[in-house]
Amino acid sequence: MSNRRTFLTALASAAGMASISAVVRAQSPREVVLTNVSYDPTRELYRALNDAFAKQWQASTGQKVTIRTSHGGSGKQARSVIDGLEADVVTLALAGDIDAIARESKRLPENWQSRLPNNAAPYTSTIVFVVRKGNPKSIKDWPDLAKQGVSVVTPNPKTSGGARWNYLAAWAYELDRTKGDQVAARKFVEAIYWNVPVLDSGARGSTTTFAQRAVGDVLVAWENEAFLTLQEFGADKFEIVVPGFSILAEPPVSLVDQVVDKRGTRKVAEAYLEFLYTPAAQKIIAKNFYRPSKPEAADPADLARFPRIRLVTVDQAFGGWAKAQAEHFAEGGTFDQIYKPGGKPVTR
Amino acid sequence: MSVAALRGWTPSIARPSVLPGFGLTFGFAVSYLSLIVLIPLAVLVWRASALGIDGIWRVATTPRVLAALQVSFFISAAAATVNVVFGAIVAWVLVRYDFPGKRIFDAAVDLPFALPTAVAGIALASLYATNGWIGALFAPWGIKIAFTPLGIFIALVFIGLPFVVRTVQPVLQDFEREVEEASATLGAGRGQTVFRVVLPALVPALLTGGALAFARAVGEYGSVIFIAGNMPFVSEIAPLLIVTRLEEFDYAGASAIATVMLVISFAALLAINSIQAFSRRRFGHA
Repeated sequence: MSNRRTFLTALASAAGMASISAVVRAQSPREVVLTNVSYDPTRELYRALNDAFAKQWQASTGQKVTIRTSHGGSGKQARSVIDGLEADVVTLALAGDIDAIARESKRLPENWQSRLPNNAAPYTSTIVFVVRKGNPKSIKDWPDLAKQGVSVVTPNPKTSGGARWNYLAAWAYELDRTKGDQVAARKFVEAIYWNVPVLDSGARGSTTTFAQRAVGDVLVAWENEAFLTLQEFGADKFEIVVPGFSILAEPPVSLVDQVVDKRGTRKVAEAYLEFLYTPAAQKIIAKNFYRPSKPEAADPADLARFPRIRLVTVDQAFGGWAKAQAEHFAEGGTFDQIYKPGGKPVTR
Repeated sequence: MSVAALRGWTPSIARPSVLPGFGLTFGFAVSYLSLIVLIPLAVLVWRASALGIDGIWRVATTPRVLAALQVSFFISAAAATVNVVFGAIVAWVLVRYDFPGKRIFDAAVDLPFALPTAVAGIALASLYATNGWIGALFAPWGIKIAFTPLGIFIALVFIGLPFVVRTVQPVLQDFEREVEEASATLGAGRGQTVFRVVLPALVPALLTGGALAFARAVGEYGSVIFIAGNMPFVSEIAPLLIVTRLEEFDYAGASAIATVMLVISFAALLAINSIQAFSRRRFGHA
């Protein structure tokens, strides 16, 4: 019985070996392979960007470049890089995760975020709501999520980068409304999380729970993921509700210095990251529902899809990621304190 | 060791055996077991030992961890118990009766082994969600299965079933019909034959199967995560808490919870093994 499992494991590791040897073989001077370790909802975005970059790089240098992109929960991806995954570049959901790589593995310098424009974020996004068609619970803004009888779907901020943005957006909304009352903000966020019936481990998991399992009245999601949900599951079933106030999510990118120096890929990896800021890339970014950092380069029709929202950054509202992470998401932080044994019933 | 083995030398701690090659095979077994099982476990304990005994204790006794351990172990025990009862019935049917499609049925028992657990979890979640085929039947009565502890239970029953069936089946196959016939000729009723003749012979196999199903269920992550709801203090399993700690780069904390699970599992398996040894002595079956 157990040899069946062993066999599967062996198969899996054989596949792993094959892909490693493929990477090694591709090291001929004429061809280069880059590994981009990214977060969950960027699959479609980087598929488009990688193609465009490969074409451009071959046209200008004659060298063929293949970019492999790996996707997963942002925190998990960061941990893989710390544990030795050879990423030439990382493109994660939040600065805190790349900070962790710098701190835990020393594979890139602590000042990585100042090496590229806009805090090393070539695109931004924000947090919006997806509701069922017709908006039966008439959800308009953050306070509607804290009301009794509303069921809210959002992933676990301990495991999901997107969920951390969701959490901080709600917190920042109440801080803004009460002019900085931390206690009120905390009660507000608590009330929202008491309305959460399922804590999935990643953003895609929550989307599935909401869209396919019919759980919940509102999904708190990345703006790009919200558009994608409508595209995938039908605009006749869901609609997007944009709150009046949200957080400016800046998913940053960085070179992993130790890896590119070892593999000799620094030049092409740097060019890849700089490419993300070029007009061509910015146009693709807007098309894939991310907010471009250079809107003038984007198609106006794509830009028109992004509603105007009052946005606050993590630095403004929380004094940076390091502080936000320690206060809210570390062991025993405000998120952990929401759940108490015998506290308010959490399942409805 | 191997030279000694070639000469047929047997270490004095072992009972003399008529079979040659003890040294060679014993040496191989020990190194293999160390490489595959003991060294990784030692690394786990070593990782956790960064916290010290009281550190591990502190991690393990936080209310959140205690709640998750309770969810994991109690639901696993419940699922294993259900599997022992229904797995025995399935094994009985497969061994004792002939019916069309028996081969297919027999093969289907192994499916939970073969299926990637995440696939199983997603399939179960979509079946048992309130808009799924089975979940929709229960929804009118206000019973929610997916995203509650009941969902965890369903997933654990699913992955545990083959362990019981596959351990009971061969024992039942070897069980001689003559014994039952003798019991009948001696005047025992059907119930008496089943409960006093057949079942005692199956007890060791049932216990082994139950223990395997339990051990597997305690460590199960992939299938449970999709159907559990993962709410702290309600439907959060201990393996999820370990993964959460890893996401926080808290390797020591994760290893501490893992070590506690290891100790509890080991104690539980040891207890089951002792009961088995006892029942073997008591009923005299192999």
